[in-house]
Amino acid sequence: MAQEGQQHPLGIYFKIWILLFVLSFFSYMVDYLNFQGATRWTLILLFMFLKAGFIIAIFMHMRWERLGLKLAILVPPVFIGVLIWLMAIEGNHTELTRFEFFGESTMVPQEVHH
Amino acid sequence: MSDAATMDGLPAGGKGVIADFSADKQSFHVPWGKAMMWIFLLSDTFIFSCFLVGYMHVRIAATDPWPLPSEVFALSFGGDPIPLILIAIMTFILITSSGTMALAVNMGYRKDKKKTFWLMVATALLGASFVGMQAFEWTKLIVDEGVRPWANPMGAAQFGSSFFMITGFHGMHVSAGVIYLLVVANRVRTGFYERRGDNYEIVEIAGLYWHFVDLVWVFIFAFFYLW
Repeated sequence: MAQEGQQHPLGIYFKIWILLFVLSFFSYMVDYLNFQGATRWTLILLFMFLKAGFIIAIFMHMRWERLGLKLAILVPPVFIGVLIWLMAIEGNHTELTRFEFFGESTMVPQEVHH
Repeated sequence: MSDAATMDGLPAGGKGVIADFSADKQSFHVPWGKAMMWIFLLSDTFIFSCFLVGYMHVRIAATDPWPLPSEVFALSFGGDPIPLILIAIMTFILITSSGTMALAVNMGYRKDKKKTFWLMVATALLGASFVGMQAFEWTKLIVDEGVRPWANPMGAAQFGSSFFMITGFHGMHVSAGVIYLLVVANRVRTGFYERRGDNYEIVEIAGLYWHFVDLVWVFIFAFFYLW
């Protein structure tokens, strides 16, 4: 039994900690430097998956767990992809139907005041 | 346990999966509390995914323009408004708290009660300050910007409902985590786990929950605030 628990040198935690700060700074810069379109979405997803990966692998110790536990926890979320795909199709259909029956939006958005 | 291959002579890799799941008694070779926490977090993953997918759907389907989060969440300190600045600070606070939590887990396994306690208290305080900033953000949005779950002056009505639902549920998780951490920290301090002969794995289990809260924020930050 692995009752000894997860013991690792402190160095790896500090490295990942700094890395997470840097990645967060980069993802904030995506907005601050006003990247748009495909570049923006690619960068957002890249930094998001890197951050999520390091948190799960190192901070949550998933990297050192047995494959059985890894598969049981990490495989089921993959199927959320199917839901995303279906709801994207459904969303586009809903939008088209709204344009078809209700016409273009007449809303005039107001400025945000700070 | 860093080398899974040699653990108790159990096979590693694909053969290990088959050996683990075909066993008569136990599949997950971790303390039961840890396995249960992972399974709870898996179910929580699906809840947050449903919220985020729902948000994606209403954002795609909305015919009114979607309010720009970069502008809505900008904050002015006298001069020009800085985009998303409060959200950026909240992100950094949550990451800092994840780091202190990771160190607390490590100190727990070293049986350093004092450091474990104070690191957990620091984590809880950072979490509480995150919730405080969220309360400020909500107040500003409701009172100053006039955002409601059913309408807002900046664009599509669905913006408000998605925002309050997603960040509200996340904030609730952070608040529950703060209480959870303080309870465990206090039990570490009083020697409750020591007397029970525990190996402080409870600190790691509490840590899993806390890192998950940070993990969810990574996705909310990317999809709601940055997208």
